Amino acid sequence: MSLLCETPDPSRRAILMTGGALFAWAYMPRFARAADNRDPRLIVIVLRGALDGLSAVGPVGDPDYAGLHGDIALSLAGPHAALPLDGFFALNPAMPVFARLYGNNQAAVVHAAATGYRERSHFDGQDVLESGFAGPGHVTTGWLNRALESLPAGDRVATLGGLAVGPSTPLVIRGAAPVLGWAPLSLPTPGDGLAARVLDLYQHRDPVLAVALQKGLDADRMAVDDKMGKTMKPKGGLDSAAGMRQAAQGAARLIAADDGPRVAALAFDGWDTHVNEGGATGRLATLLGGLYGVFEEFEKGLGERWKDTAIVTITEFGRTAQVNGTVGTDHGTGTVVLLAGGAIKGGRVIADWPGLKPAQLYEQRDLAPTSDVRAVLKGLLADQFGLSAAVLGDKVFPDSAAVKPMRGLVA
Amino acid sequence: MTVPASNSLPPDPVLVAFNRFGLGARPGDREMLAGDPRGYLRAELRQADIAMISLDDPAYAGLLGSTPAIQASMAANFQLQRERTAAAQPATASAQAVPAQALPAQITPAHPALAPAPTDKPVVPQVEATLFRAEAQARFDKAVRAKAGFVERLVCFWSNHFCVSVAKDILIEASAGAFEREAIRPFVLGRFADMLLAVEHHPAMLLNLDNQQSVGPDSRAGSNRKRGLNENLAREILELHTLGVGSGYSQADVTSFARILTGWTMAGRDGRLGEPGNFVFNANAHEPGDAVLLGKTYPAGGMGQAEAALNDIARHPATALHIATKLARHFIADTPPPSAIARLAKVFAKTDGNLRALAAALIAIPEAWSTPLAKMRSPFDYVVAIRRATGPGPAKDPGQSLGWLNALGEPLWQPPGPNGFPDGADGWASAEGMKIRLDIAWQAARQAGDIGNPNDMLDVLIGPAASPETRQAIARAESKQQGLALLLMAPEFQRR
Repeated sequence: MSLLCETPDPSRRAILMTGGALFAWAYMPRFARAADNRDPRLIVIVLRGALDGLSAVGPVGDPDYAGLHGDIALSLAGPHAALPLDGFFALNPAMPVFARLYGNNQAAVVHAAATGYRERSHFDGQDVLESGFAGPGHVTTGWLNRALESLPAGDRVATLGGLAVGPSTPLVIRGAAPVLGWAPLSLPTPGDGLAARVLDLYQHRDPVLAVALQKGLDADRMAVDDKMGKTMKPKGGLDSAAGMRQAAQGAARLIAADDGPRVAALAFDGWDTHVNEGGATGRLATLLGGLYGVFEEFEKGLGERWKDTAIVTITEFGRTAQVNGTVGTDHGTGTVVLLAGGAIKGGRVIADWPGLKPAQLYEQRDLAPTSDVRAVLKGLLADQFGLSAAVLGDKVFPDSAAVKPMRGLVA
Repeated sequence: MTVPASNSLPPDPVLVAFNRFGLGARPGDREMLAGDPRGYLRAELRQADIAMISLDDPAYAGLLGSTPAIQASMAANFQLQRERTAAAQPATASAQAVPAQALPAQITPAHPALAPAPTDKPVVPQVEATLFRAEAQARFDKAVRAKAGFVERLVCFWSNHFCVSVAKDILIEASAGAFEREAIRPFVLGRFADMLLAVEHHPAMLLNLDNQQSVGPDSRAGSNRKRGLNENLAREILELHTLGVGSGYSQADVTSFARILTGWTMAGRDGRLGEPGNFVFNANAHEPGDAVLLGKTYPAGGMGQAEAALNDIARHPATALHIATKLARHFIADTPPPSAIARLAKVFAKTDGNLRALAAALIAIPEAWSTPLAKMRSPFDYVVAIRRATGPGPAKDPGQSLGWLNALGEPLWQPPGPNGFPDGADGWASAEGMKIRLDIAWQAARQAGDIGNPNDMLDVLIGPAASPETRQAIARAESKQQGLALLLMAPEFQRR
């Protein structure tokens, strides 16, 4: 696009580094390491559109799987053989990095998982997934932001705030706790004084816009590699493999910094595979290949921080167990949660497998959910940041006390 | 956090007319209103054909109807495929030189400029990209030329309500603009049921929501080809286009409606079902038999079965409430006053979904003029407002405006999902979004050429409603360009 052809002027960023910022986190002295030398990070990836869990991690050992999932079922044989995980489940071959991490006990799968939502509207389903409330209709704050807010005052993770990747802030991280926004995109930058003048005007007339603009300017500065002096150019939207990889690259750089955010949210679109979904090759496999790039970039970019990092990949619901009339799948229920990172106690598929016989399917069409996605998320928040079950069941995921945190996900 | 001072007083009615309901003032526009902003908007609603973009109008050259547009895309891609096949078999001499007259006769492109390029060159730019850019240019031109722009805003509202995505299919890229001109614009001041029928018949929507592939399991095609139902279109019609989520329909209704809609498709390139690129009812794929939707039985009747169902749900009270809520949220406030929603729903029901009456009712609502201007301009509104304030961009090239929309997260005719782009201020006042707005304001100000005195621009575009702080910031700017950029970033320019 024509607007991207100019080299940004770094001087505006230099000004803002010394100028009055609304958010202190970027300017704080470096924190001393915690006593146990752990510095936990949590990255939440939301796949919008509903991921087909049965094509991402196929239950190849289930005798009913191949028949139900038809031409798009994964198989251990053939030219695009799935990657065996544990003798019952096998991974889509588009994700070799995930398989390697799994082999190194740094990746795990929770299968047959769903939130508490049992209808099949994407938009309500995403609202439930991201808001953390038991039902739809809550769209102002997300569970990840409320988790930050629930940490004790002065807690390092809370002070450092969150990171939202993409041109708009995903609901999961919206809320009162400070959030930095960043997207892999650049434009010719304005003259030195303009940003400061607009900020000054906003501070007098429109504080909400002042906060947003300041955060945008801060994030832009953080994501630029000062040594290289170059800004990353966009390579594609957040529903393309290249765009996904690039988003992870920039996010990793921000999160790896000593004074960078410790929690982050990324949202990727495009998983609504009603038609010609493909199995081991095709549209879904291409998207999963993008996800594989995301894991790879985080592993690379986080460096020594990788060992303290947990990445969790969630989606609003699964898809029908049986392929539809157009070699795709329609909206369903149970699906997978993918976990990766040095902090994950991996090398296992966690599933209370419900089976795929007609009577075992939810409403005779979907993989029945036997694990609650909230249990997984609660377990991660408890293990990484020490949030109590009481706070998780009330403030972070309201009215969910009955859903116990799944402990031991973190090594 | 302090509340902006402007929130304590009712907003300036001239700003309400231009920002809340219109596309922003151009220099000189404020005088048109002649002290009666409400009357001016009402007058726009009475102008015949104000929403239309005519193919006969020389100002909108290069546009095609959806059928020839889709045919041109089909022809170009067929040609490309043949070249690839030929390239893959270089030893076969006959494959390299297929005479042009061997092309199937029915896919001759209707527009000479869109004929496939000679076989020795790749097709650059692609037919679809050429059509898309011409349609984009027409949409920007229409928006910049509109007076207050209330009707154009309504077009955008309905186009987002019934959105299609150019990312979904190359044929949609070729026809998304035509879809808006054919299925949205003619009905923006007409009846909701007519718009609904036009939208759901349109090839762009059928492709967008996969219905062209949905086959009744017990239809002739279903039993022969082992293809089956796809419930995407049925679900989104109920959830997004009409009744709204949570309004009481069940999964069984969705499945049943999907069966009713089977056979609604587009004729393919081979012309077997009809004129390629046209809507066609394929009786072979239609699920036979009666069907129950929302408790009512629709007797077997081919295409009429779905038409009857659509006509009923267009008039359903849940549809009235859903549309009223969305309209009030879009134009008045993220959390609209319940009284405004109730009033709009009542008008919708009473007038059988007369959208002109609905628009008139909207501007008659007192809260529409008293609610503070707290919503954010959407990226499209923002880009158009900049063009209207500072003059059209680079001549006849929509590239920059399209690039701005991409950067701001609202690429034209490419929403993230079938629910369209978000409508809340939160969605558009993001950190990244505001930083990009700043960059765009600077770029627009820098290329504006002779812009005169920015203080005068403020008077011409915003007028007495400008805050003292905005006035002062612009007066103290270090250059005209910086002053104009400040004006384009001012809350009075961002909020609506």
